[in-house]
Amino acid sequence: MDNQTDYKRIERRAAIGKVLSRTVVYVLLTVWAIVVLFPFYWMILTSVKSYSAYNSEYIPRFFTLTPTLQNYVDAFTAVPLGRYFLNTLVFTLATTGLMLVVITLAAFAFARLEFRGKNLAFTILLSLMMIPNELVIITNFVTVTDLGLRNTFLGLILPSVTSVFYIYLLRENFAQIPDELYYAAKVDGTSDLKYLLKVMIPICRPTMITIVILKVIECWNSYVWPRLITDDPGYFLVSNGIQEIRENGIGRENIPAMMAAVVVISVPLILLFLIFRKKVMAGVSRGGTKG
Amino acid sequence: MKVYLHHLTKKFPGRGKNAQEVVAVNDFDFEIPDGELVGLLGPSGCGKSTALNLISGLLKPTAGQIFFGDSDVTGLPPEKRGVGLVFQNYALYPHLTVEKNILFPLQNLKGPEKLSKEEMKKRVYDAAGLVQIQELMDRKPSELSGGQQQRVAIARALVKMPQVLLLDEPLSNLDARLRLQTREELRRIQNETRITTVFVTHDQEEAMSISDRIVVMERGVVQQIGKPQEVYDRPVNLFVAKFLGTPPINLFSGSVRDGKLFIGEDEVLDMEGTEDQDVVVGIRPEGFLPDTNGPLHCRFDRVEVMGRDMSVIASHACAQSPSIRAIVHSDAPIQPENGVIRFCLNPRKVHVFRKDTQERIPFQVRG
Repeated sequence: MDNQTDYKRIERRAAIGKVLSRTVVYVLLTVWAIVVLFPFYWMILTSVKSYSAYNSEYIPRFFTLTPTLQNYVDAFTAVPLGRYFLNTLVFTLATTGLMLVVITLAAFAFARLEFRGKNLAFTILLSLMMIPNELVIITNFVTVTDLGLRNTFLGLILPSVTSVFYIYLLRENFAQIPDELYYAAKVDGTSDLKYLLKVMIPICRPTMITIVILKVIECWNSYVWPRLITDDPGYFLVSNGIQEIRENGIGRENIPAMMAAVVVISVPLILLFLIFRKKVMAGVSRGGTKG
Repeated sequence: MKVYLHHLTKKFPGRGKNAQEVVAVNDFDFEIPDGELVGLLGPSGCGKSTALNLISGLLKPTAGQIFFGDSDVTGLPPEKRGVGLVFQNYALYPHLTVEKNILFPLQNLKGPEKLSKEEMKKRVYDAAGLVQIQELMDRKPSELSGGQQQRVAIARALVKMPQVLLLDEPLSNLDARLRLQTREELRRIQNETRITTVFVTHDQEEAMSISDRIVVMERGVVQQIGKPQEVYDRPVNLFVAKFLGTPPINLFSGSVRDGKLFIGEDEVLDMEGTEDQDVVVGIRPEGFLPDTNGPLHCRFDRVEVMGRDMSVIASHACAQSPSIRAIVHSDAPIQPENGVIRFCLNPRKVHVFRKDTQERIPFQVRG
């Protein structure tokens, strides 16, 4: 009899504890969600405030009663944003595509092939990660300028078609594939390249997708290098375009128009992330548990 | 397609300081006749998998040649040799369905060998039918049991109709019952296809039961080649005798004196014409015949009943192991006197080896 009452009490306590911990978790998550989402709200809000309304607000307001789409029109007319969009698309696709080829082949060589000095070469490659990006940008600038590639897509793309970190990530993934599979494929009559294409890449697809998405975001957001290597607006990317809107403002910069441009260029990335959200997480967590 | 290994040797460089080369395969020279199933048998580390990988081309020999039929394939890479290989852990492609796994080798055929889509499909289903996995075609390897995976691996090896089929311990990952069943299936498939097959195993029972011929190896050296029964009945040396047979052969220190074989003071057999020397006597468990007047005196320990027959566990001062095991018919009279049981020996089940070289000393069996 005593036992029974005991169990009931324990049960009730457990239930209360569960509710309490749930509440705490949800409150924390809600706060965090607000912190994360507020900048996006602010961006969209500013983009629909009119230029004069925005400038007359001494204290920024958290809402607007007279939304307008004029800023979007301004963003596309003040600068050739459509053109920049296209440039960015070409730049992103070309860079990501070339990089995939380069890092896949490099990772394959380091994971699968046997050659003299392989480990030394890989160590040196890894140690490159310690060199800060800012240093590399200066030498890259000199190199690309010497090659006469300023204001060309090639000059924009070339410095980012490889990535030490992604080579490392992919190599580790490739190295986890058992050797027997390679031998089996050899006996089944495949060449090295075919084995890479038909066995290794499909098995490592989650990692590849993660790399693609991260690289696309990186390209889409890149600012310093394109800014440095192009001064012809025909080769500007969207990030430079936003800067240009800012500089073109008469008197005060046209912040609402800038925000409208930011909304427009963020949408593709957000869509991309939402579509592939599960795959990104799968790739990241898989790499995490196995590596 | 017969396979001929001509003075085949494979050495691996040693590891670490003062490293010595490891000779994994030492001067193999034998022929595997067309259409036979040959078991490569030996303890682990004896070089049997290395030998298999040499035949498949995954390893390059240090010396010697390999012939398929009359053509020398020593320099050919594995993808050109047309062999089927089943790995110990099956090595199925995890991202492909069973059907695509079996299809994979066919997709790699080039030139005149290239098949049409319909032909490929037919071949895949034929191979799947042979190992009876037609209903699993849409599954991924991770959704299959060990036995099913193994059959997929065999189907994948068979689908391109290889000239030679190589199996590397294909049954070691299966449970006892499945192993028995699969090994019969392997034999059936081999009988149906008549593909020359080389089968690597450390399990002597497995090798003996399905092989047309077994090759017993130790430390990279071939000890004996022959039909399973022949090798069992006439082992060339002590190693082969010890390695084959369950329960294992019982060994005694003995000697030959005046044409008689002695174990301790017991005169057990006639060995006329053999010079006097110390020997090792091996007696198969089934070679002991309980007999109240038998010459071999052993200390009786106990009887283990196994139904069809029974084991008599006994001991002898000259035995090289603490106990000896005799298998006798369950009707046989076991009448130990004062704890001593006496046996007659079946001379066909007794093997005598030189103490120095461990080679078998043949002797005439009378009667």
